[in-house]
Amino acid sequence: MAVPIIAGQDVVEALAEPRAGVLRHVVSSLASNRKAVTGAALLGVFTIVAIFAPLIAPYDPHALLFDPILHPSAQHLLGTTQNGQDTFSQLVWSTRESLALAVIAGVMATTVSVLVGVTAAYLGGLWDHVLNLFTDVFLVIPTLPLMIVIAAYASNRGVAVLIAVIVVTGWSYGARQLRSQALALRNREFLEAARVRGERSLYIIAFEVLPNMTSLIVAIFLGAAVYAVLAAAVLQFIGLGDSSDLSWGTMLYWAEHNGALLAGSPQWVLAPGLCIALLGGAFALMNYAFDEIANPALRPVRKKAR
Amino acid sequence: MPQPQAAAAEPIIRTVGLTRHFHVGGQFSRRSLHAVDDVDLVIGANEIVALVGESGSGKSTIARLLARVYKPTRGQVLYRGRKVAEIRTRKARLDYAARVPMVFQDPYGSLSPVYRVAHGVMRALKLHRPELSAAAREQEAERILKSVGLTPPREFLDKYPYELSGGQRQRIGFAQALACRPELILADEPVSMLDVSVRIGVLNLMNDLRRNQGISFLYITHDIASARYVADRLIVMYAGRIAESGPTEDVLAHPKHPYTQLLLSAVPDPRAPVSLPASSEVAEPPRVIDPGEGCRFRWRCPYAIERCSVETPQLRVLRPAHEAACHVAE
Amino acid sequence: MIATKVLEVNDLVVEYASEAGPVRAVDRVSFDLARGEFLGIVGESGCGKSTLLFAIARLLSRPAEIVSGDVRFDGTDMVSLDDDELRHVRWRRYSVVMQSAMNALNPVMTVGSQLRDAIQAHDDMPGRKIQARSEEVMRLVGIDPIHLKSYPHQLSGGMRQRAMIAMALVFTPDLVIMDEPTSALDVVAQRSLMLQIKELQRKIGFAAIFVTHDMSLVSHFSDRLAVMYAGQVMEIGPTNTLFASPKHPYSTGLLGSFPSIRGARQPLQGIPGAPPDLARPPAGCRFHPRCPHVMAHCRTIEPPVYVREGVDIRCHLYSDGA
Repeated sequence: MAVPIIAGQDVVEALAEPRAGVLRHVVSSLASNRKAVTGAALLGVFTIVAIFAPLIAPYDPHALLFDPILHPSAQHLLGTTQNGQDTFSQLVWSTRESLALAVIAGVMATTVSVLVGVTAAYLGGLWDHVLNLFTDVFLVIPTLPLMIVIAAYASNRGVAVLIAVIVVTGWSYGARQLRSQALALRNREFLEAARVRGERSLYIIAFEVLPNMTSLIVAIFLGAAVYAVLAAAVLQFIGLGDSSDLSWGTMLYWAEHNGALLAGSPQWVLAPGLCIALLGGAFALMNYAFDEIANPALRPVRKKAR
Repeated sequence: MPQPQAAAAEPIIRTVGLTRHFHVGGQFSRRSLHAVDDVDLVIGANEIVALVGESGSGKSTIARLLARVYKPTRGQVLYRGRKVAEIRTRKARLDYAARVPMVFQDPYGSLSPVYRVAHGVMRALKLHRPELSAAAREQEAERILKSVGLTPPREFLDKYPYELSGGQRQRIGFAQALACRPELILADEPVSMLDVSVRIGVLNLMNDLRRNQGISFLYITHDIASARYVADRLIVMYAGRIAESGPTEDVLAHPKHPYTQLLLSAVPDPRAPVSLPASSEVAEPPRVIDPGEGCRFRWRCPYAIERCSVETPQLRVLRPAHEAACHVAE
Repeated sequence: MIATKVLEVNDLVVEYASEAGPVRAVDRVSFDLARGEFLGIVGESGCGKSTLLFAIARLLSRPAEIVSGDVRFDGTDMVSLDDDELRHVRWRRYSVVMQSAMNALNPVMTVGSQLRDAIQAHDDMPGRKIQARSEEVMRLVGIDPIHLKSYPHQLSGGMRQRAMIAMALVFTPDLVIMDEPTSALDVVAQRSLMLQIKELQRKIGFAAIFVTHDMSLVSHFSDRLAVMYAGQVMEIGPTNTLFASPKHPYSTGLLGSFPSIRGARQPLQGIPGAPPDLARPPAGCRFHPRCPHVMAHCRTIEPPVYVREGVDIRCHLYSDGA
């Protein structure tokens, strides 16, 4: 019958230290969380590489200047491709597209999730039922086959199609969670107070409901970004992206296409693969950190010495 | 037909046969929960009226009916003689919301955690006092915080809700209501979730606001002792209907309805000698789902007669300004 | 071998770890409980009364833990017992009634099967005896034994609480610890339950510790009363003495916060301010920021416990020679 002690309101009050505001609180909580710092640092590295790609990459990634299938050396850190392009330069330049894909697709998927989830919760009644059904259908459809089918039938293969596919298959999970939280918030008295005060519904949703959901929205974005990184890689690897694009997924496609492992250039596969894993991992770490911040029960208790 | 009385003589709120039912039991059921049935009450200027009842008595529903959160199933709410149901324009809605605002029970839930405490007060001022300039709004907000006992006001306005204690948050709730320049504040159990030693401060605040600014209060509570402390008039509710109503001291000294008598005998009072056991051992919750005719208290009533099962008792005057809905009371 | 005191708590300190450093929820609490005595522990939110209760019942879990002091139940030191040894003592010699039956009772099991679980966890009673004992104990608390087949949601709030008490009495323990068992009930059901508890106590003879924030509730039923504030016991003594002449300014203030429905209507003051943050309690006497009788040294020197007329008071106003 052991019952965890101290679930009560009063003790949580005792622990609260004066913080300056929600945003600053979030930032400072992130700063003190090891997972968040690691994730943010990784993300920062990738962002810098993406921005300064022209300065970091030693050669033009498309240039067919070198001998093919060279082993890693001082001139070619990761060797060369089948066609004689410098792998390392390709890797560096690919960061741009891969990162952009992750962020843009993540943001768009999250936006759709928010629109569907919060509208369903707020309108209630028949609309709620309809939107729920809609969400459930998308939740249940297996994503990989759906992605492949959509991408295969798309008339052109470009980044836009990739983003569209990721958004269409990735929004439903977040919508569920957002609807739940919006429903829970609906009964909070400060929302009732806003209604009684005479505020318009749109104002209430935009300025009272959504600001109280920022934690969850950011967490869902991070989750969507992880999904986007992996989904984009998968689609490009199996050839459903534009194979002339410069991204980690297409690098994997070409590496596989040209039998990199057999030809003795494992780094051609490992390097982009590792980058995909690290970028996905960075978003995932920050996601865990956000969960911990939002839910104190998940935090590891670190005892401070007296 | 023209009203013979001037509008000013009409009470702030008068309800006529106010009824609110909720549909329960899922899609196919026809059962209905009678949260409020046939309530006639009056709240005038410069008075504190207490609405006392247990959970399930309908007192919170009445607050929400008066605040226009719910629409009545039957009956009317009249604000200064005008039907509240006929309020349609945005301006009229805002006007009513300003005259009859509400203060909520939960000090931890009634303020949005992401904004500073000034937010609610400022929004209320923006919505209901649009004639004020930004600077005038700031000044007014500080004046209001001072009037609810939160000084220095600037310091409090800049804080976030988690930095304030429960009592302070409730005072902010009152400040938000005051920003509208109300005539009547609906206070839904404003002290039930506060620490005992803090409650008196907030109750005293209500008294002060009534005395100094002439604001009326509808004080909703389950605690009859605190009702006595602030209220001029007492309305006791049971199972959605009014059981008894009258001047506070008279109702306490001469309780006519058996439920009121039961309530008074059960209230723990350290200063009183040990009282006799409560007359009813049966702890049945009031039946409000499809209750049918007859007195809803009859299953717990030691004086119930046959008439109580057949005919729903109506309020009748038993002492000056003091009425009870009971066939047996005299 | 039988100690006269069923419970002795000596200088109990409970802390819990937090990012801001250890927080003392219970600070050097000491009191005794005689057989059959009813002790009320009264205090507001954050005073540590629930923590104290859980510590005595050995129900604390990390990050809270007992840091020093001891709890002697019938002479045995409870703090050093391990889980196995605890199992023999728990429920048979002492039991716990929680605050909200709806949270403590399993909603998908019948009352009868939960009673059976409780019995089987601590004893090897044969099935028929379990049934007989379950019926007996339900009758004891005034519930028709037919409700052994009911689910918790089918019972009213008052009946659920009484079912909890039935569970707590199934082995006729020497001590029953109750954490605000009436707070979820309405006034009439509260009064009914309190009378029932007192009646059971008379009949069976168990000692009781009753934790509540409502002083007036416990005023007619407890033999002694302890008033807690910010983790410390500020005053402890016979109930009648405490109500007739409260000594600690906090007790006086608390008593003055209850409006009465009898007698003349008088304005009350309550206590200005709010209970302190346990992570940063005030220096000296923890009540000094709110005390109407504060003296200079109250702000720096923590008051020890003084004794006056059989009442222990933690307040400088009662220092010897005052």
